[in-house]
Amino acid sequence: MKKLIIFCLLLASIAVTAQNPDRSTPPALAKAKNLQLPAIQKFTLSNGLPVVLMEKHSVPLVQVNLLIQTGSFDDPAGKEGLSSIAMDLLDEGAGDYTALQLADEIEFLGAQISSFSRSFTSEVDCSAPVSRLDGALKLMSTIVLKPSFADAELERLRKLRLNGLLQNYDEANVIAQRAFNSLLFSSSTPYGKFANEQSIRSYSKSDLESFHTRNFVTGNSTLIIVGDVTKESVTPLLEKYFSSYPAGAITNAAKPVPQQVKGRTIYVVDKPGAAQSVIRIGRIGTSRGDAEFNNIVVMNTILGGSFASRLNTNLREEHGYSYGAGSGFSFWTIPGPFTASSSVQTDVTGPALGEFFNEFKKMRSPLPEEDLNRGKNYDALGYAGNFETNSSIAAALADLVIYQLPDAYFNSYVEKALAVNKKGVEAAAKKYIVPDNMLIVVVGDRAKIEEGIRKLKLGKINFLSIEDVLGKKPQL
Amino acid sequence: MKIYRSVLVGAVLLLIGFVASAQEITVPYEQFTLPNGLNVILHKDNTVPRISVNMWYHVGSGSEKPGRTGFAHLFEHILFEGSQHVPEGKFDQWLEAAGADNNGSTTEDRTNYYEDLPSNALDLALFLESDRMGFLLQSLNAGTVDGQRDVVKNERRQSYENRPYGKASLELPGLLYPKDHPYSWTVIGSMEDLSAASYQDVVDFFSMYYAPGNASLSIAGDIDLAATRKAVEKWFSDVPAGKPISKINPPAAVLTEEKRVVMEDKVQLPRLMMVWLTPPSFQPGNAEMDLVSNLLTGGKNSRLYKKLVYELQIAQNVFAYQDSKKFSSEFYLSATARPGVTLTQLEKVIQEEIDKLKTENPQERELQRVKNQFESGFIGQIESAGGFSGKANQLNQYYYYTGNPDYFNEDLQRYKAVSISDISAAVRLYLKDNARVVMSIVPEGKTDLAAKKN
Repeated sequence: MKKLIIFCLLLASIAVTAQNPDRSTPPALAKAKNLQLPAIQKFTLSNGLPVVLMEKHSVPLVQVNLLIQTGSFDDPAGKEGLSSIAMDLLDEGAGDYTALQLADEIEFLGAQISSFSRSFTSEVDCSAPVSRLDGALKLMSTIVLKPSFADAELERLRKLRLNGLLQNYDEANVIAQRAFNSLLFSSSTPYGKFANEQSIRSYSKSDLESFHTRNFVTGNSTLIIVGDVTKESVTPLLEKYFSSYPAGAITNAAKPVPQQVKGRTIYVVDKPGAAQSVIRIGRIGTSRGDAEFNNIVVMNTILGGSFASRLNTNLREEHGYSYGAGSGFSFWTIPGPFTASSSVQTDVTGPALGEFFNEFKKMRSPLPEEDLNRGKNYDALGYAGNFETNSSIAAALADLVIYQLPDAYFNSYVEKALAVNKKGVEAAAKKYIVPDNMLIVVVGDRAKIEEGIRKLKLGKINFLSIEDVLGKKPQL
Repeated sequence: MKIYRSVLVGAVLLLIGFVASAQEITVPYEQFTLPNGLNVILHKDNTVPRISVNMWYHVGSGSEKPGRTGFAHLFEHILFEGSQHVPEGKFDQWLEAAGADNNGSTTEDRTNYYEDLPSNALDLALFLESDRMGFLLQSLNAGTVDGQRDVVKNERRQSYENRPYGKASLELPGLLYPKDHPYSWTVIGSMEDLSAASYQDVVDFFSMYYAPGNASLSIAGDIDLAATRKAVEKWFSDVPAGKPISKINPPAAVLTEEKRVVMEDKVQLPRLMMVWLTPPSFQPGNAEMDLVSNLLTGGKNSRLYKKLVYELQIAQNVFAYQDSKKFSSEFYLSATARPGVTLTQLEKVIQEEIDKLKTENPQERELQRVKNQFESGFIGQIESAGGFSGKANQLNQYYYYTGNPDYFNEDLQRYKAVSISDISAAVRLYLKDNARVVMSIVPEGKTDLAAKKN
């Protein structure tokens, strides 16, 4: 009988469990699966153009990105915005195609080709169904190898950009970002400079041609391919369309290391009638190659890198000052900025700034285990989310090239991120979150926010107009 | 209009790829209903060790009471503030500690929530979703409502009031719909109504709408179907069923005149907005108008972009899109003028192009090009499971609007079936000159730049 009774009890307990789940504590989780990505395949075309390939056969699509290691920070002084407009013009007519014909052909294939520049790099990105890859690569290579840089198209884009400058005068976020960068970086570096009326009016056809000839060479470029192809299937197509890509090497001028912020200075950019104040606070952070990278990522996750982070919890959830607040490190090849930011309601601008500094100070005190675990796990266990789509994998592979990371980097990341400890994160906070040496920019209604900011006694307050930040409005 | 619980960082909508015409898109799924009425949809995709848990509640701002506009969205915010077994703040903390991301959004028709997480953390998402569905009120108090009221007011400031041209979208619903129509107010709501929302409103709204019978749970990703079904049955078994909900019976949404409005805003360049009412989601005529929006402003060869931005260069930009909803859709056309150009000039050219499409069918190749781009969009949706645009959400969306979670192929067929003469017929029928709102948004003090009736 004993046996039978035990059996019945067992059944009963299963039935009870099914009826009433145990809600007294959050469910214990099994160990997360390891991230095991397909192999990273590296090879070169006959002309020496390097290729990085990752196969992914879940959908019949292919992403082919040409990565050029020259970006807007390489623009010549006085020609700010040159790489951006040059990249933009690549698909405005190339080979025998006009701008309109190119757009028509690409769209008809159901493909997408876009070309753009970033701070350190430029890219031509193509996404296409594997069945239309031949046609798409034909168009992509025409754009890459034979851009027309026609005068009429240059003039058209020039006007678009000048009018775009004009629209910036109403965009509080743009004004705040530009003020922050131009005040953070010395004017002898390219980091705080932006395309302006003068530089936009200065681009010539020969500037564009020189940009293209100089930078589109094998030693400065990499083809990154992700999707439903194999090395064997894609190599003949790459040879067909990219073997005439020019061989050669270039050296971009060394990037000066930014000077660290000294003391604490506040800049208020007056925007009368603004419903909110846009805040940027920061200093120089560190580079991607920093040995403490994982510690810094976890530290920032805790401070302002996620929804449950301290800055968002404080400014949004506890005080209701804002719809959101956060922080981030721009990891460049050289030390890039650390920035904390938010948009806060006008009448609490002063107190909101004060809360940023309360959190900075708190970040430098001993770290509770719970915060450490959350920050660490969010980074480590969420990492696989970067590898769901062809375009996000291609972006990760580009990082591998730009920052010269080892091929094993992705598969070993989770383990490394989970090994982060309290000591390392605390040291990172002490080193990088230095509240006494911060640049503070606020774009808002001066008449309503000045007094509240003064009360904080954070430091000297300077006042700027929007034109001080963006320059004189272009006359169009 | 769709608004979010939190800022979408780096969200980019990409149209990816192309589906060969012979190829069918299908997303296999398993569907069942729990005894308490919860509809469940499961889809397995083991590409990466991740899962998306996606919950739709079939209530949006359209169900709000007079004087409580913005409440459905405010309520969406409150749903993250804890429930009986989840102390305030822990919802996000526990998810992040498992490597998860989550968010929510509200439209006129529905409210949705998702958790994207590693596949080992499925139980955590189910625990949290079931706890806030079954046991929300036990932990709430007036302070919770006050806290999120302030957040939402700041969301309104950030997304509308402090954004150039942002205030226009707060005015449009009232101009487009009769006063008693559920789409005649904004999803974000008015500041006065947000101030008036009370704790009792929260209780009433939850009791009425946040019941399993008014919800649908979709789980897509690296799952085992049988084990996931068991886990869902376990976590939602103690969630009580709700009461029947009366259906919304909106009055007809018909514009019977042309309304011309001028707004002044802190902007450098004037903008013209033209808005028409179009057929509801998935109804005849709706797919045609999606294609029309692309024919007019999608890409360099589109009619209005080519004319206004490329050739004449009198506009800085031009956009058209259809916001498709359950009872009525809206077709928006917006163009920003270059300096020295009046909105009257822009409107004249736009009207000419619309009239041309009314009298002459588009070219076959022109329509095919647009259709090919739409086909690309469909495969982009099946590349990932999570977020607001992945497969888990799409299965819930199709289920809500059509009753069939795997409506991918049927949806694509709606677009493929449209002919060139269907396009002209739809433009004649829906883009009427005497049934629309024409709004001029001009720099302060420059009302002379507004569009004057020709």
